[in-house]
Amino acid sequence: MKARIHITLKSGVLDPQGRAIANALHALGFDSVDDVRQGKYIEVDLKESDKTKAKAAVDQMCGKLLANTVIENYAIDLVD
Amino acid sequence: MKAAIVVFPGSNRENDAKAALTQALGREPIMVWHRDTSLPKVDLVLVPGGFSYGDYLRCGAIAANSPVLREVKARSEQGMAVIGVCNGFQIITEAGLLPGVLLRNANLKFVCRNVGLRVETSNSRFTSGYKKGQVLSIPVAHHDGNYFADPKTLDELEAEDRIAFRYCGPEGRLDANYNPNGSTRHIAGILNKKRNVLGLMPHPENAIEPIHGSTDGKALFHSLVEAVS
Repeated sequence: MKARIHITLKSGVLDPQGRAIANALHALGFDSVDDVRQGKYIEVDLKESDKTKAKAAVDQMCGKLLANTVIENYAIDLVD
Repeated sequence: MKAAIVVFPGSNRENDAKAALTQALGREPIMVWHRDTSLPKVDLVLVPGGFSYGDYLRCGAIAANSPVLREVKARSEQGMAVIGVCNGFQIITEAGLLPGVLLRNANLKFVCRNVGLRVETSNSRFTSGYKKGQVLSIPVAHHDGNYFADPKTLDELEAEDRIAFRYCGPEGRLDANYNPNGSTRHIAGILNKKRNVLGLMPHPENAIEPIHGSTDGKALFHSLVEAVS
């Protein structure tokens, strides 16, 4: 089983990198860009076949290491 | 007083920290490799600057989960003094010894220069050698020093006199132009509730000899040795 994890900055947390990307897109003429927030995408291959157990394990991984919940949110997507 | 410095793959200021502690202590601190699970019996642990584990994932995140850091955390809860400088500050916040987090500098630039630093409290074993309001010149060298915490935590830090240092201009003026990284409320260094843990982005260990251009960092190590001995 594979876990796909998206880590994003919580709203209200300054994202200077996202802002720099938005500025670069504006410079390229993409005027429709309003705002950019940058995050991380992590794939974890798991030996676990039980979805509930896998979800619980990945949740712990996010809380302990993969995300810093002071500033980041995470979303877990499990695929076979 | 006995001191130890924890060394990770990618640490790079451990020898500067060693020089500063040796100067203050009159003997060398013990260097502890990150894989060691047993920490020698010491009164102070310094977590040095650098790029532990290449800053992978988030600055300090992987080092914060190393076996030795778990031991440092356990001992700090029993009252042992801990100081985290630069990457060391990032590591000990990630490990939960201090609140908040160090974000990427607001202007996205790596900043490496001397900054003005205002002493916000002399009520700690780290800052008792300074006067409140004293302005120091200490170098910073970082890409991720933008201190962030929610307003409630910041209010708590202020109310409990736990902000150790703020970035400032001449005469101690607080001004966005003198904030090198966009840090919330100009925060450069903070203390934990028990006041036995200090984290700061600037490098006091690089301001201890006239050749450094400033000796303002010296008092931090000397007051620490006096207070803990």
